[in-house]
Amino acid sequence: MLANTTASDTEATTTASTGGPTTPSGRPPRSSLAGRARPGEAVIKLVLRLAAAVAVLTTIGIVIALLVPAIGFFREVQVFDFLFGDRWAPRFADASFGVIPLVTATLWTTAIALLVAVPLGLGAAIFLSEYARPRVRNTLKPILELLAGIPTVVYGLFALQFIQTTVFREWLRLDTGAFSVLAAGLVMGVMIIPTVASISEDAMSAVPMSLRQGSFALGANRMQTSLRVVFPAALSGVMAAVVLGISRAVGETMIVAIAAGSQARIVTGPLEQGQTMTGFIANAALGDSRVGSLEYDTLYAVGLLLFLITLIVNFISIRLVRRFRQAY
Amino acid sequence: MRTLQDSLAGAPTMPLKTGKAHGERRAGPLIFLIVLWLSLAVAVIFLLTLIVNLLLEGGSRFGMPLFTEYPSSSPDRAGARPAILGSIWVIATTALLTIPLGVAAALHLEEFADKKHWFNRIIELNVQNLAAVPSIVYGLLALAFLALIGVRDKNIVIGGALALSLLILPVIIIATREAIRAVPSEIRDGSLALGATKWQTTWRQVLPASVPGIATGSILALSRALGEAAPLLLLGALVFVSFDPNGLLSGFTTLPIQIFNWTGRPQEGFHELAAAASILLLGLLLLMNGLAIFIRNRYQKRW
Repeated sequence: MLANTTASDTEATTTASTGGPTTPSGRPPRSSLAGRARPGEAVIKLVLRLAAAVAVLTTIGIVIALLVPAIGFFREVQVFDFLFGDRWAPRFADASFGVIPLVTATLWTTAIALLVAVPLGLGAAIFLSEYARPRVRNTLKPILELLAGIPTVVYGLFALQFIQTTVFREWLRLDTGAFSVLAAGLVMGVMIIPTVASISEDAMSAVPMSLRQGSFALGANRMQTSLRVVFPAALSGVMAAVVLGISRAVGETMIVAIAAGSQARIVTGPLEQGQTMTGFIANAALGDSRVGSLEYDTLYAVGLLLFLITLIVNFISIRLVRRFRQAY
Repeated sequence: MRTLQDSLAGAPTMPLKTGKAHGERRAGPLIFLIVLWLSLAVAVIFLLTLIVNLLLEGGSRFGMPLFTEYPSSSPDRAGARPAILGSIWVIATTALLTIPLGVAAALHLEEFADKKHWFNRIIELNVQNLAAVPSIVYGLLALAFLALIGVRDKNIVIGGALALSLLILPVIIIATREAIRAVPSEIRDGSLALGATKWQTTWRQVLPASVPGIATGSILALSRALGEAAPLLLLGALVFVSFDPNGLLSGFTTLPIQIFNWTGRPQEGFHELAAAASILLLGLLLLMNGLAIFIRNRYQKRW
């Protein structure tokens, strides 16, 4: 039976490909039309596929571009000294390449940004998803999105001149210099609010209405329903939003390059200045480092570390988003 | 689910009057609502403060000299003419490079690709992941690429456009795919039933129907590229450009880089100029966003 079908199938394809004999009714067999070779369309399809492959090529390009100079770097500097050394002075006579100072500055700015963005973003998301009427929501959402569209240099300017200089030093009279990780982190946090809010809101809106109705029917009010039913049900989406926020905060460059300072040292308090990983790359790029020099390779070693951190964080986020999409 | 059971277990002990109307008026829920309002208010107040602060700082310097003058060591005579022209050159080149590429890739993924094939799944994962790679990494990539093909002067328009193109490519692919997905399958079936081939259907039915969505997504992506500075720093765009950029191989600086440059100067005059240039940049971005929204509302088909 199986053999039979295969045999007749093969027969059909052969007739189709030769395109020859017509059926008794005088029409050509149907498959001959669909199966006719169209070289023009094949070329177009190939071009489209190549365009899509650019995405893969970019990733491969990034990996190679970062790895090759980084390998050159690690020939001169021990991996252990790089990852766990606590002095970052690549341009000094007694050069030292411990990345810990850059990492602590990145941790400070990221942590401060998250302290701002997570509560405010979630608050905005709960309000927009559970409380706001459609009209209120349609006005507030674009305003919130505007925050995501402001260029990061403008945020940096605002952090340095208004938050740090005017608010911290003149109004609050805080004991701080020209730069601080606090000013950079706060402004970065506001920049990330829309990211956290919009992904969390999507996750909360995806929670089925029946769960809310069940909760209301049991006598819960809207706060209880939001916090104990909707929020736990949307938790993986909310986590994905937070994780994506982390990735944006770690990779943000201009705000920290402008407002966090440019001295690489271990940061012990929010009012100190510090140089983040991205801040170092931006600053080192200003100097004219020759291709193949140790200075040039250092850029890529830090870039590789940055890329790996965000890569891991992104994969966690993609995983979490998939889970909440499958849930209902 | 546990939470539902918990509230179920607690239900009999709750007073009967905990209906919605009564429950909302107690202190707890009221405070909760106020907290939610405040979290939105903080964001909105921040936005307003930023805009008002920019207008106060830079308003006096926002005028013709900003558009016509070249950078100068004296803040009174400096302008952003080369930076504005540089931004136009870089963004136009970026648009020409990235829109055809992004649309083609999206057409492949939505219309032609076998979604279960390993190659296409890798592409999808890549697009998602590239969208979240820090922008400065694209600068490192472009810098390495220019070094690889032996370009001596890294500060060229085409180099900057390359970095920005790769940066916004995932954004354009994702937006285009959504626009294509919004075209109902009946349109495709109808076209195929009339004897059109797969490509004819795509070119004459699907693509025209999704142009408004593609345009909206592309404009938003380009507005992101317009405000981006980090990758261009790596290409040495922070230079003193005292000439108009005039070609793909010309040296350049852009508006965000010029703002960064002025922000870092000690003189107060330069800070005012930075604020004035920021007003210009924000205005341009608002214009592009408005255009995108207009196109979406005016031309988007509702099926």
